[in-house]
Amino acid sequence: MTQDTPFVIAGREFGSRLIVGTGKYETNQVMVDAIRASGADMVTVAVRRVDLDRTKEEGILHHLDPKEFFLLPNTAGCYTAEDAIRYARLARAAGFSDFLKLEVIGDERTLVPDVAATLEAARILVDEGFKVMAYTNDDLVTALRLEDAGCAAVMPLASPIGSGLGVVNPFFIREIKRRLEVPVIVDAGVGTASDACITMEQGVDAVLMNTAIAAADDPVAMAEAMKLGTRAGRLAFLAGRMEAREIAVPSSPTEGMLA
Amino acid sequence: MSHDLGTIQVLLNGKDREIPGGQSVQDLLVSLDLRPELVVVERNRQILDRNRFPEVTVEDGDTLELVHFVGGG
Repeated sequence: MTQDTPFVIAGREFGSRLIVGTGKYETNQVMVDAIRASGADMVTVAVRRVDLDRTKEEGILHHLDPKEFFLLPNTAGCYTAEDAIRYARLARAAGFSDFLKLEVIGDERTLVPDVAATLEAARILVDEGFKVMAYTNDDLVTALRLEDAGCAAVMPLASPIGSGLGVVNPFFIREIKRRLEVPVIVDAGVGTASDACITMEQGVDAVLMNTAIAAADDPVAMAEAMKLGTRAGRLAFLAGRMEAREIAVPSSPTEGMLA
Repeated sequence: MSHDLGTIQVLLNGKDREIPGGQSVQDLLVSLDLRPELVVVERNRQILDRNRFPEVTVEDGDTLELVHFVGGG
């Protein structure tokens, strides 16, 4: 059977091609159970002020063991390169790794990235030694520029964050994957297991999602469905699908029919 | 007078707070029920090395940001 290659980002190998977020869960226990069911070994986290009125219950590291999961801090909520850089430095000061999910948002309604600001921040952070995994749109030229800037991975969206619309532009996702050397991870927009599968069938290295699992009626079951969908899509890609054609071809012999 | 009582004024996570003077960043975190190893401190826009929490004294007028990881995507 076709063997998969290891999934490696900036020299570090990961066991799962599914990366999951930790936001929006109703309880911390459901979050942890869902993440375990997803099989993901890398999880994203956000950097926020400590809520000083309820310090006891807060902080994801009270619930999530950084020895069990590789933490990928994000710069979610940042609208300028300067802010994203500030959050990135704070995230690294937590002392886990140099990995960073860089996200600079350009528009509040669609949460699409500000690609100019993303590129600017990426250059500075790469210089500072960060392993930058850059969230971007499905634009080929931006993806190429982010790779040139030294990003460790480029992460085009499937569709807007939290929309659950699935892959709206499979052609450009494929083209980005074809043209980049660094890992391409589709980040955002997946809604259900078939979306994860379709995403991986495009040949990308991994898929990152949060809301699709957290907002399901049963997040733990959906996490497992996503694990299987991601794996099915990857295997289908490696297997090499048959050519689609708009005409039927019989599967059973046409010879040997009764007279 | 607050000064005579040994208190200082700081801007802590965006809010004015009066706290006892002369305490280290480590003392402050502990007094807030925080585990210092899980918190990152930015003091006057400079990130403070965690190893220095016990030796750095919080000064009157400091702007402190205490951040940590929360759930996110």
